[in-house]
Amino acid sequence: MTRLHKVPVIVGLFGLLACAVLLELAVNFGWVMEIIVPRPTDTVLSFPSLQEDMDLVGNFFVTLGMTAAATALALLIGLPFGYFLYRREAYGVAYEGWLAAAFSTPIVLLYPLFLVIFGRNHMTLIVMGCIPGAIPIAIQTRQGLLGVSKTLLNVGRSFNVSERDMFRKIMLPSAVPTIFTGIRIGVMYTLVNIVAIEYLIDFGGLGRIVSQMYDNFSIPETYAAIVAVILVSTFFYWGFGRVEKWLRPV
Amino acid sequence: MAQAGVIKGTVPAVSSAERSFDGRVSRIRLLTCVGLIALWEVVATLGSYGILYNDVVPHIWHIVIAVFYELISASFYRDFGMTFAAHSVGFISGASIAVLVGIWLGTSKLIREAMLPYLNAIGSTPKIIFLPIIFLMFGVGIESKMAKGAMSAFFPVVFTTTLGMMLINPVLIRVGRTFNLNKWQMITKIYMPAMVNPVITGFRLGVAITVIGVLVAELKFADGGLGYRLGIYYEQFQIAPMYAVIVLIFALAAAANSGMTKLQDRVNRHMAPTTSKGKKARASASGGLGVVN
Repeated sequence: MTRLHKVPVIVGLFGLLACAVLLELAVNFGWVMEIIVPRPTDTVLSFPSLQEDMDLVGNFFVTLGMTAAATALALLIGLPFGYFLYRREAYGVAYEGWLAAAFSTPIVLLYPLFLVIFGRNHMTLIVMGCIPGAIPIAIQTRQGLLGVSKTLLNVGRSFNVSERDMFRKIMLPSAVPTIFTGIRIGVMYTLVNIVAIEYLIDFGGLGRIVSQMYDNFSIPETYAAIVAVILVSTFFYWGFGRVEKWLRPV
Repeated sequence: MAQAGVIKGTVPAVSSAERSFDGRVSRIRLLTCVGLIALWEVVATLGSYGILYNDVVPHIWHIVIAVFYELISASFYRDFGMTFAAHSVGFISGASIAVLVGIWLGTSKLIREAMLPYLNAIGSTPKIIFLPIIFLMFGVGIESKMAKGAMSAFFPVVFTTTLGMMLINPVLIRVGRTFNLNKWQMITKIYMPAMVNPVITGFRLGVAITVIGVLVAELKFADGGLGYRLGIYYEQFQIAPMYAVIVLIFALAAAANSGMTKLQDRVNRHMAPTTSKGKKARASASGGLGVVN
């Protein structure tokens, strides 16, 4: 059974390796121009120089720190606002459509406005990362609380549980999986927006490295920086997926 | 009769409660709009006296006038045409490839399980980070914006198509095989009609993401397009026209999204099963995939 499960993983890795070998050969034979696509080996070998010149690991922590700060801000805004929308039904109905519409708008395009207000600094990145993060958290918090089973609420009432305990011991544990889905979407959107703004304004962590390497026309280093961003995104996606599975065991 | 009387007495009471609730919701929305406009105007007035965000928040009528000037400017339509062309070509090519790849992934479990982790990895990465590669391959002209649009459209469509393929009723596939349909007939007669709803959902998401992808590419390097126009106004500190372009972009994005939602509703209604009374069941109530199955 386990061996059968490993077959797709092996096929996937083999496919990736085969693509890398084909690309290496294509560049060596001159079928693909080296100034457009570097050899995969050159990309891998450029990681140490990228670390030395641009402090890849340090900049990873810069992006991580800003994502964490923006997420914390998004949680501070999204969770209480979602709870408010749940408690005041009319406000929930009035604002939910607006929130969903705002979530699908190109918020990243507002970056010139935020640059004018906050300047070209970390605050712009954190605020712009926080906005698309707070929206799904608020929506999912309301949905999670609305989805609490009536039976559970009735059980709480029959035990004369206080309103505070009702929230703490019944509603919150029941809504946590849905709320966490919102947090996961929020964190991913926060990261995406922060890296995008870093790249656009050439400031901050990993996004700035990609932009600077491209401006310097250091092609293998540009590809290496892009691979680093993909690895970070994958790590976030995979990590939050694991936590979500753990919270929603069924 | 008594029962009828109860019903007669209850129905208007419920509907009046609903009317009162709807009225409250409308009042909240109206008051929120008025509050936000008032707040904006206060900040704009403070800015015009140099107290807060000097000249950063213009008065609303300045933005309205700027929108008017944008709409009567020929260069606005040139930029809009460039963005529209990049978006259309990018979306059509990206979505077409995604549908074919999605069908391929949906029909082969091994390939799907082998490839999906990599597609998920790239799908969850900010696509803007691939702009250097796209610029290297296609230059900084409209071709790179088309390529960026295609890349943005690809991922939501491929994921929804794959999911749609996986959720096709196996009975339909067995029926196709029983009739000895070839691969092309299976695609056109079984797969495509059965998964039209998830594919349209993917298209709807793809249209919205392609708009963002194209505009962001135009903001970075371009010689035209609405994103380029926005960037130029920002660099020249022409704040009211900058807001005007943002307002117009948001309006166009909302119109595209609304158009795709209407298309999806129409497809849902068309695909909804006919009830015993000969009426079409409401598609929205069936939850999308249930309809096609």
